[in-house]
Amino acid sequence: MTEHGMRGQGLSGQRRLIIKIAAGGALVALLALLPLLNISIPGVFPGPTYTPGTLQLLAYAMLIAALALSYHLLFGLAGMLSFGHALFFAAGAYGLGIVLRRFSPDWLSPGATFLVAVVITVVLGFVLAAVVGSLSLRVTGISFAMVTLAFAQAGSVVVRRNPEGLTGGEEGLSLDVTNVPSFFVGVLNTRNLYWLALGVLVVVYLVVLWVERSRAGHVVAATRENDLRVRVIGIRPYGVRLLVFSIAGALAALAGAAFLLLQSGVSPRVATPDFTLTLLVIVVLGGVGLRWGAVLGAVVYTLLDQRLTALAGSDLIAGLPDVLRIPLSQPLFLLGTLFILVVLFLPGGLAGLAKLGEHRTPRGPRRARTIAAEGTTR
Amino acid sequence: MSTLVLLLVTGLGLGALYFLVASGLSLIYGLMGVLNFAHGSFLTVGAFIGWEVSRRLSDGSWWALVAAMLVGALVGALAAAATEFFLIRRLYNRHIEQVLVTVGLALATVALFEGIWGTDPTYVTSPAWLAQTTEILGARIPNNRFLLIALAVLVLVTIVGFLRFTRYGLIIRAGVENRTMVTALGIDVRRAFTVVFAIGGAAAGLGGVLASIYYGYVSAHIGSSLLIFAFIVTVIGGLGSLGGAAIASVLVAVLQQFANFYLGGTGDLAVVLALAAVLLVRPRGLLGAKGSTA
Repeated sequence: MTEHGMRGQGLSGQRRLIIKIAAGGALVALLALLPLLNISIPGVFPGPTYTPGTLQLLAYAMLIAALALSYHLLFGLAGMLSFGHALFFAAGAYGLGIVLRRFSPDWLSPGATFLVAVVITVVLGFVLAAVVGSLSLRVTGISFAMVTLAFAQAGSVVVRRNPEGLTGGEEGLSLDVTNVPSFFVGVLNTRNLYWLALGVLVVVYLVVLWVERSRAGHVVAATRENDLRVRVIGIRPYGVRLLVFSIAGALAALAGAAFLLLQSGVSPRVATPDFTLTLLVIVVLGGVGLRWGAVLGAVVYTLLDQRLTALAGSDLIAGLPDVLRIPLSQPLFLLGTLFILVVLFLPGGLAGLAKLGEHRTPRGPRRARTIAAEGTTR
Repeated sequence: MSTLVLLLVTGLGLGALYFLVASGLSLIYGLMGVLNFAHGSFLTVGAFIGWEVSRRLSDGSWWALVAAMLVGALVGALAAAATEFFLIRRLYNRHIEQVLVTVGLALATVALFEGIWGTDPTYVTSPAWLAQTTEILGARIPNNRFLLIALAVLVLVTIVGFLRFTRYGLIIRAGVENRTMVTALGIDVRRAFTVVFAIGGAAAGLGGVLASIYYGYVSAHIGSSLLIFAFIVTVIGGLGSLGGAAIASVLVAVLQQFANFYLGGTGDLAVVLALAAVLLVRPRGLLGAKGSTA
């Protein structure tokens, strides 16, 4: 963009930025106050907002949103269609679980041990992503998708095999609370876990924002748009791609670590490639290429999943004839169908829907989407 | 020695299954650039409906098995052709969206299968001979392995023959080579797309019935678990190469069997390591065309 263009946009751009920051801050403040309020939205939340059940669901949605944001870095920003992102989320959850069990030195207070364990876990996620990325990024496009899928499958196999009793196999791993601060333990403290999840979401959002605005972010977005041009300028896409891949892995591990605390355990389900597919569904549902699209998609998906599961078990469904009962009692069938419809008829996702009503301009999700599609198929 | 032979033949049998899935994937990718996540569902639906038909005819006779295989292949072909016609075609040349649609279809259909046939595996009865063993060089080999290998070879020969000696085969081969040129010559490649999907679906449907013989049961997830290995096979063999898929199927399956036996059940990990090694040394796969890594 030229200097003239910048100045021309200057004032309104600055004002828009302030409004954005204020709106974001207000939203976070509102979310932070939610556990203290008594709001009931029947059909969306299982109960009033201060009850542990609702807080648990919301915290879960926010952690999935944080994970979706880290996936947005890969798919939305860099145009890398990875099918192995669940691996790093699982690495975070299992990693923290294992570190908390095995790492308990005498010379550290429990609180410090906990913090060190979290740091170790996130670093572990980063390193694992760097190793997996350094191999998978040797190929691009569809091959990259398949290779990441293969790694995720390997991770899933390892978790289920329960090597040396580390991962607990099919039964999963429960949280060892010895070194976990007491305010994160127990149903009564769901409030604190909710705030933790909100904090994780905000941190992940800020890191994603920072990466997007950084030079590496610009380069990686450029490789998404036109890989060849970036090479001609003299930059090798491999390095920045690997960096973004690794950062996304570390963020996913952070979300995974919080997930372990929230669920006070982890099951092998989060390591399966199907879980990554869910993430992909979330990001596309929300709108590819937009940060808040990923967050919106995660919240909508989680709430829908929860509500549809509740619906599937209801008497209303049980009384229907088989032709209707069988499809309606499978939440994933409905979500999968919804996803297909979104891909076919609503290419911008939910965020695109909002933009569509606002004004039709070349800015926004539509452009981001086509660019993402073009960049990765090259 | 007998263990070696047993592992080798079992590996070949498993490789036959991989090939039946991977051949379709590879052809579809080669011609259309579509990574088909719903391919596992074609396999599962072929297996389920094939066995439903065979159960209604008579349980455990040879002709019921043949009927199951024919019906499985037909159902797989129809499901695949319908997928191409109603979903993939609308997203012509938008590869990412095509992948996404097949992902959605895979998620939805697996859930639907669970709804219809339940989450527990359905056990199948096949002719008694298949459950018996034959002794070769001291190894007692389950007879169903021979059936698997013979049929996979038959499918390979049929597909190669179809590609070599028919007009459609010529169009498909030319399309894999350079689709734009074929279109420019005034040939409707889109019909070839449907044909390729149908062929892939038929191979997968047949593979579904055979997989249920190999494992002894059908479940809603039988397709998706085989699909992942089929993906690995297609990448190792080289995307779009039928011969590469055949060779890689055998290599991957035999490696898996040997690692499972000699290295304490690490077959799945060995396969992923092999994939990593191939990527390091030869990113385009064993028989992949140059520059087809994208």
